[in-house]
Amino acid sequence: MTTPETTTRELTYVKAFNEGMHQVMAEDPDVFLIGEDVAGYGGVFHMFDGLLTEFGDRRVKDTPIAEQAIIGLGVGAAARGLRPVCDLMFMDFVGVAMDQIFNQAAKMKYMFGGNVSVPLTITTAGGAGMSAAAQHSQSLEAWLAHVPGLKVAMPASAYDAKGLIVGAIRDDNPTIVVLNKRMLGVKGHVPEELYAIPFGVANVVREGTDVTIVAIGRMVPEASKAAKKLEDSGISVEIIDPRTVQPLDTATIVDSVKKTNRVLIVHEAVEFGGIGAEISSQIQEAAFDYLDAPVARLAAPFAPVPYAPILENAYVPDAPRIEAAVRRLLERR
Amino acid sequence: MATPTEALDEVTPATRELVLDLHRRMVRIRRFEERAGKLVESGDMPGFLHLYVGQEAVAAGVCSALTDADQITSTHRGHGHAIAKGAEFRPMFAELYGKTTGYCKGRGGSMHIVDMNRGMLGANAIVGGGIPIALGAGFASQYRNDGTVAVTFFGDGATNIGAFHESANFAAVWDLPVIFVCENNGYAEFTSQANHMRLTDIAERAASYGMPGVIVDGMDALAVREATIEAVDRAKRGEGPTFIEAKTYRYFDHQGIKGMRIPYRDPAEVEAWRTRDAIALIEAIGTERGLATAEEFAAIWAQTEAEIEDGIEFARNSPDPDPADILDDVYTV
Repeated sequence: MTTPETTTRELTYVKAFNEGMHQVMAEDPDVFLIGEDVAGYGGVFHMFDGLLTEFGDRRVKDTPIAEQAIIGLGVGAAARGLRPVCDLMFMDFVGVAMDQIFNQAAKMKYMFGGNVSVPLTITTAGGAGMSAAAQHSQSLEAWLAHVPGLKVAMPASAYDAKGLIVGAIRDDNPTIVVLNKRMLGVKGHVPEELYAIPFGVANVVREGTDVTIVAIGRMVPEASKAAKKLEDSGISVEIIDPRTVQPLDTATIVDSVKKTNRVLIVHEAVEFGGIGAEISSQIQEAAFDYLDAPVARLAAPFAPVPYAPILENAYVPDAPRIEAAVRRLLERR
Repeated sequence: MATPTEALDEVTPATRELVLDLHRRMVRIRRFEERAGKLVESGDMPGFLHLYVGQEAVAAGVCSALTDADQITSTHRGHGHAIAKGAEFRPMFAELYGKTTGYCKGRGGSMHIVDMNRGMLGANAIVGGGIPIALGAGFASQYRNDGTVAVTFFGDGATNIGAFHESANFAAVWDLPVIFVCENNGYAEFTSQANHMRLTDIAERAASYGMPGVIVDGMDALAVREATIEAVDRAKRGEGPTFIEAKTYRYFDHQGIKGMRIPYRDPAEVEAWRTRDAIALIEAIGTERGLATAEEFAAIWAQTEAEIEDGIEFARNSPDPDPADILDDVYTV
């Protein structure tokens, strides 16, 4: 099986995603890409560079600024057996297209009695940390994960950015792949061959024995930094990256908690009603007797994402605060 | 206030086969609707129904110009579109009764009838929700160059929602083989057209998207068919979408078969439209032009009655869904 360890080749997160797009479009002629500025410009984050040149304007198309129509076109084309990739540029824009996402794409399979599959992939970029403010910085994965019928991936490494976009496009269900804007330039080991990461299989990023951190998206590398610091203090941290928040690999999380007996959940979406609340509930239902301390959460405060760097830095969890939260968790007896 | 449109165009071409075909489609819709309405009213059938009675000429005229490979998207008032496209009474009644033998295995009900084998891409309970999906169906035709077209049915009220405007512009700019059929029955639920837009002729909206806007007598199935044939030809020539406004009327309330609970329509207005009844019109054309006899029309009514009773019997005797299967088909596995 392909793993990051099978290669020394390094690519950035966005280049790895881009390579996955190229390879999966070469593999399957039913895959096409539409969105605002995805063709001529290659996407505002260069996620789609070179696709127009390689695959032509039949398969790679710029659209009007019309998010409902972009997603709706994807739904209809997917229902007819094509495999559309529809880009929404910023995750905040899901609101504009939400009817097509949650009332149409998500429900068609079920409400039509299984007669229709919707192999639609939505790509978008989420996350804060660029002074992009309240309407260009959100992490809305909990909204999407709440809707039966959707699948949601949150790649946290270059390796996963490639494997999850390939897995999403090959999946026969509507999927949303949320790239993290702050991770686009982060390098990692990425095998050259085409590979897919299945949805619903968590990644044990680091093995440890004293405490489990369940981290989402960009909080995975922040948790890794914190774990290295804690290691210096003799604290052994296990990090679980669910990779997809829908479906959620509860089993891997619960197994880890049964081993470490303490768990911290970290995400950059607001804490209230965030995916951490669901993970917390599942842990206490499945592993209550193993817990030596209440399940802890570290996430954004209940406010829109602020603009000023000093405010935004205070808003998004980071390695020092993860480290402090772990130390607090270990103090509980 | 909506008013009856100009009288039938005497030069509309008709043949015996065509007159009988359109008559059959319309009678099937009307009797299905009237019987289903009574079954809900009596409590025999669950849910509630948005009845199509009065507007039969639109669905029949449009669908008579399509093949099974052509796709349609429909609305909350969708029984007529499904029947006109060839849907059968047995699985339709079974769906309304919530049975496993229904078109959606009892998962969808009245507002989600689907028949993929006949290009019926689904009724839709969100006003305007089916319009962007038709873009995708049309895009699939263009992508595969398979010579099919997509038709999206919607009402006057839906032309005020963003999904319509996004889709109309999108279809025009990509020359998609999509036909926008606006069934202007004068009311958005209980709100008259004069109270929801400044236009009298909604077809005027087409010009702002760079597509032809055609007005047709929506009580005359032959006229609707003619307009549709022209739009289909245009789409197949690669010249893009057409907007057809069919002026028509809904005999019953927004929902249910009972009379008006509140006097939002003038009874004289209802009566004026009923004098131009679409089925009476096709019967008059058939007999006056010597194309068909009263006996032949009577036979269609009688055969429809028999098929409806058979459909109801089939539905009543069909098995209920098993609650143990409630999670089936949330996802394609």
